[in-house]
Amino acid sequence: MADREKLIEVKDLQITFGSGRRSFVAVDDVNFDIYKGETFSLVGESGSGKTTIGRAIVRINPISSGEILFKGQRISGKISRELDKEVVKKCQMIFQDPLASLNERAKVDYIISEGLINHHLYKDEDDRKRKVENALHEVGLLPEFASRFPHEFSGGQRQRIGIARALIMEPEFVVADEPISALDVSIRAQVLNLLNRLKKSRGLTYLFIAHDLSVVRFISDRIAVIHKGRIVELADSEELFQNPLHPYTKALLSAVPVPDPEIEKKKQLLVYDPSMHDYAVDKPVWCEIKPQHFVYGNEKELDQYRKELGL
Amino acid sequence: MDKEIVLSARDVEIEFSMRGKTLKAVRKCSLDLYQGETLAIVGESGSGKSVFTKSFLGMTDANGHIVGGSIMYHDQDLSKFKTEKEWMSIRGKKISMVMQDPMTSLNPLKKIGKQIQESIELNQGLKGDDAKAKALDMMKKVGIAEAERRFEQYPHEFSGGMRQRVVIAIAVACNPEILICDEPTTALDVTIQAQILNLIRDLQKELQMTVIYITHDLGVVANVADRVAVMYAGQIVEFGQVNEIFYNAWHPYTWALLSSLPQLGVKGEDLPAIEGTPPNLFNEVKGDAFAPRNPKALAIDFEEEPPFFEVSPTHKAKTWYLDPRAPEIEQPHTIQKLRKNMSDGR
Repeated sequence: MADREKLIEVKDLQITFGSGRRSFVAVDDVNFDIYKGETFSLVGESGSGKTTIGRAIVRINPISSGEILFKGQRISGKISRELDKEVVKKCQMIFQDPLASLNERAKVDYIISEGLINHHLYKDEDDRKRKVENALHEVGLLPEFASRFPHEFSGGQRQRIGIARALIMEPEFVVADEPISALDVSIRAQVLNLLNRLKKSRGLTYLFIAHDLSVVRFISDRIAVIHKGRIVELADSEELFQNPLHPYTKALLSAVPVPDPEIEKKKQLLVYDPSMHDYAVDKPVWCEIKPQHFVYGNEKELDQYRKELGL
Repeated sequence: MDKEIVLSARDVEIEFSMRGKTLKAVRKCSLDLYQGETLAIVGESGSGKSVFTKSFLGMTDANGHIVGGSIMYHDQDLSKFKTEKEWMSIRGKKISMVMQDPMTSLNPLKKIGKQIQESIELNQGLKGDDAKAKALDMMKKVGIAEAERRFEQYPHEFSGGMRQRVVIAIAVACNPEILICDEPTTALDVTIQAQILNLIRDLQKELQMTVIYITHDLGVVANVADRVAVMYAGQIVEFGQVNEIFYNAWHPYTWALLSSLPQLGVKGEDLPAIEGTPPNLFNEVKGDAFAPRNPKALAIDFEEEPPFFEVSPTHKAKTWYLDPRAPEIEQPHTIQKLRKNMSDGR
């Protein structure tokens, strides 16, 4: 595993909103690496800070301490203008709600090429048109759609426009923030297939943000579970489903509805109560309990986790 | 199947007139609802599942009309109701509804307690302190802690899950016989969703309600439903007991819905997505409405609308695949896998 190239490194990340007595720590003590070519998922409930982390990586939200590295270069805090431009180009984001995130008064042609215009990434008008056409083609839309407005499209098509807009910048890293949760069941599969196909053909790396663990299992290589701004467990996706350790991960797994009535009817719902942890004396640490399987806990809990794993 | 039928819809047709054109949202839907059961209606957006069930409460939008069929509730035909006064004897008292979005179904300017109390005063004839006591009682019943303090708060002081509990309290305050839940958990987190589903289940037992779930989440369906009806383009295309739908579905649309679930997908392979879009219901639909999106459609699917074929006494599907003259057709891999998992588990 050591020979895999790290594309993104997040170190001791803390993000605070507000200041002074009214400040609120949204993300605390977060560490993870994203390897080139993988799909890394962040899963947690609303308000857990998963989107905030994604936004911090693409430099939308400022961070208060720690650092974020992109290809070994620091991209958090004050950086040179050239690097800033580079990051904005190479790290793109796909948003949750495809209707709210598209400019309803602009034509698709403009929406998709806005990034090109801002960064002067085209030679002439013909070049820009060709690039838009290619991007549309790549996400499975017809070139004549360029002259239409967002409201003329269905939810799945709108999300494709959002993806095309990100792709035209030729990014290496894409943050996909709940890209399918606002979509109808029948079109989720189309969008997931598209994301997977683009990952292969373009060698993209994804940070996939979601609240539904079951969807994430299909698409991700590794999954991090986040609770109240803190990552509590991180592992390869199959490992996480086979051997969940942290009680919050277990609670999340038990809450996910499985489309199989026999399993569903026998299922026991686990409820996570954060007060079960006694961290007064025995302080918790972020520990690699087994190669590539990280969990957050104190010595006593870690001992118990080791027993569960049979180590 | 010897249970009593509480509501029976027969060949219901609902049309909307929009800019001089007519949209057939529900095309001859029939449904029997049995006492005490949980029925889930599944389908993509625009399939008519909300419109169909809203017609049981007279909540169809102003430009929509029931143009055919009947909805028998005990000995009354709800489809013949015209005035609000008639509906008020049913809506909220006998048949009640929980909406999708708890943000928009509560009045932001009114205290939570007052909103619950209001519904009780309106529907049960209780006044003042009696109604307040009942409202507090309902709040406790749906799991709202510190009901007295919460009674005086406004909706924005409640979290999404808590707000949905309030909406449920309002809906069940008058002991309705039928509770319709229209995507009750889509706007909620998975952990909260599980709690709300459990709450509805407990209330259903306690108050002996019949529950209709409208949802597009097949995971939720597997969890709550006794019976499932699948809707496509304004029609019920397949219905049966929950195990029959998940382990032995026969309509190609049900197959497509189940196969496209990421939960059942194989990593590294493409999910079998449903291509194309649903038919435009402004136009007349010819044959099987799903045929244009079904790569394995038969020639007759484009010509003639299939009738219901019986798979078992409780399970019927509207597809020519079940006609004895149809060529041999295998259920897709996902369905076979689900069935195999089930028999292995036993």
